[in-house]
Amino acid sequence: MRILIIEDDQETASYIIKGLRESGHVVDHAAVGKTGLLMAGTESYDALIVDRMLPEMNGLSIVKALRGAGNHTPVLFLSALGEVDDRVSGLRAGGDDYLVKPFAFSELLARLEALDRRKTSESTVTVLRVGDLEMDLLRRTVTRGGKPINLQPREFRLLEYLLRHSGQVVTRTMLLEKVWDYHFDPQTNIIDVHISRLRSKIDKEFDTPLLHTVRGAGYIVRESG
Amino acid sequence: MLGLLAFIYWSTAVYMSRQTDATIEAEIKGLEERYRTDGLAGLSRLIARRLAQQQPGDSSVYLLTDNNFRPLVGNLSGWPESAPDDEGWLDFTLGRGDADNAPHRARAKAFLVREQFHLLVGRDMFELEETQRMIIHTLVWGIVITLVLALLGGIALSRGVMRKIESINRTSKDIMSGDLSRRIPTTGSNDDFDRLASNLNNMLDQIELLMEEVRRVSDNIAHDLKTPLARLRNRLESLRNDATHDSGQLELVDAALHEADGLLSTFNALLRIARIESKAQREAFGDQDLVALLNDVVELYEPLAEERGQDLRLECVGTLQVRGDRDLLFQCIANILDNAIKYTPPDGVISVTLNEGAGCVRVCDQGPGIPEHARDKVFRRFYRLDTSRSTVGSGLGLSLVKAVARLHTMEIELRDNNPGLCVVLKMPGSGSTESA
Repeated sequence: MRILIIEDDQETASYIIKGLRESGHVVDHAAVGKTGLLMAGTESYDALIVDRMLPEMNGLSIVKALRGAGNHTPVLFLSALGEVDDRVSGLRAGGDDYLVKPFAFSELLARLEALDRRKTSESTVTVLRVGDLEMDLLRRTVTRGGKPINLQPREFRLLEYLLRHSGQVVTRTMLLEKVWDYHFDPQTNIIDVHISRLRSKIDKEFDTPLLHTVRGAGYIVRESG
Repeated sequence: MLGLLAFIYWSTAVYMSRQTDATIEAEIKGLEERYRTDGLAGLSRLIARRLAQQQPGDSSVYLLTDNNFRPLVGNLSGWPESAPDDEGWLDFTLGRGDADNAPHRARAKAFLVREQFHLLVGRDMFELEETQRMIIHTLVWGIVITLVLALLGGIALSRGVMRKIESINRTSKDIMSGDLSRRIPTTGSNDDFDRLASNLNNMLDQIELLMEEVRRVSDNIAHDLKTPLARLRNRLESLRNDATHDSGQLELVDAALHEADGLLSTFNALLRIARIESKAQREAFGDQDLVALLNDVVELYEPLAEERGQDLRLECVGTLQVRGDRDLLFQCIANILDNAIKYTPPDGVISVTLNEGAGCVRVCDQGPGIPEHARDKVFRRFYRLDTSRSTVGSGLGLSLVKAVARLHTMEIELRDNNPGLCVVLKMPGSGSTESA
């Protein structure tokens, strides 16, 4: 992916740049709002990481200006504020995702990759497939190796999200936000329980597991461990 | 006061009777003198003249009789029957045929003129007694009116005082229930109560300032520590991703990551509570359907309860709408439910109920419950009922619940479930009457 970071805090910026480059991404950096807007408008990026608080021009205005000009590059907001209404205003301004500082790098990476995937595979597909697991989005059925698997509605949505992002790490917070549609901090690892339930349905009677735990980060669906 | 009035009455009454007696005696002296100079004829003439001069309102009584008490001159038909005392004074009644016809009391002095004639000089006491009665009436009414006025004044005064005290009490209660911004209303009259109120208000300002300071310091600590902690966690993460470590080292790094996550989530919870308490999040309020919200919470936690062999039930009687923040309300109920599941033994029942009539949501478990004395304390930050801190948790879950409830002006109440705990969330505007 080619990614532009608009962030004035040097330490955060270099830390993100280093991490993204190690993960194999191409990264540009702008420390000032106007420069960032100029770069985002002229170059072609796969995703933008935009800090909310910037000198000269704040993050919201940058994204509004981009969207106004017909630029639909996915945007991930970074914010030290972290209020719920900030999140709402950020998403309303045209942002695609929101991350509160300080964050775990794995969370940022997972969200960035999810943004990129969104762009290419939106709802046009009707069948999601990983290995011998198949999900028919129209008939709402799931089969593995031809055997039907009975899933409850929420399990279906959970698996659908994992399959749409197959090959990518998906964090617990992302699952809570995208599958359950709530922003909150569970006191217990409640997502783990749902995952293990889902795992018992799709992996238990089969030789190769598809749903893997990535320690310290989240989950991933892929063919081989 | 009664004593004073009695004294007033006694002194005027006695003074008046004395005055009467003195007049009578002076008159007798005058008559005696006339007798001495002019003899019986002169005396009789004088008496007759006096009687003739007497105005209808006058009350003098004269009677001159011979030795056998046969009247010679006077306005009495006969010598009174009552016997005179040692000094010759006698009290008697006389029917003078006045309009009211009531017999009047009279007081007179009798004496012997030259051992031959009896002379009686007196006064009809009616006027005097009327006056005395009037004095008594006036005094009694005076007392009554004074008492009534005093009573009314007292009631009005104590009402005012009670009202002021009540307003101080109400404000203190509000403040104790957490609204530190409340102040006692002052009237500006600068009386004792007003000064007390403004002194208390000044004290409250200081307390609020101190609390604010403490909160800000702890929030700043949380915030300032969060950034380096996040950096530490990220370094651990990169360390973990370097494939050169053996499995033993990896395990250590994982444990360190886990610790860092726990610390971060505690800081997050602290900061979140601080933000909620600063009431900055009201803008995100919308109309929330609690039935849908409860369904979502229960659905999220149902697998956890099932894993522990518990029976998690949801029952909604009617619907409830509440103005609020969807995520915070979810967090609030999730925290309560999380605790219920954590403390209920396997095979226990956890019931979540919504009652439209009572305007409340209840989460009841079958855990050990919370003893009466600790029920207020559990909402404090870092308060743990289990002092050994052996159970997982930060001690912030219920503080967050309380903060969210307060933001939504919901009342939160802990009750006995015999055995277990019932957490009751009363929606704003619902009455406090609810069948347990």
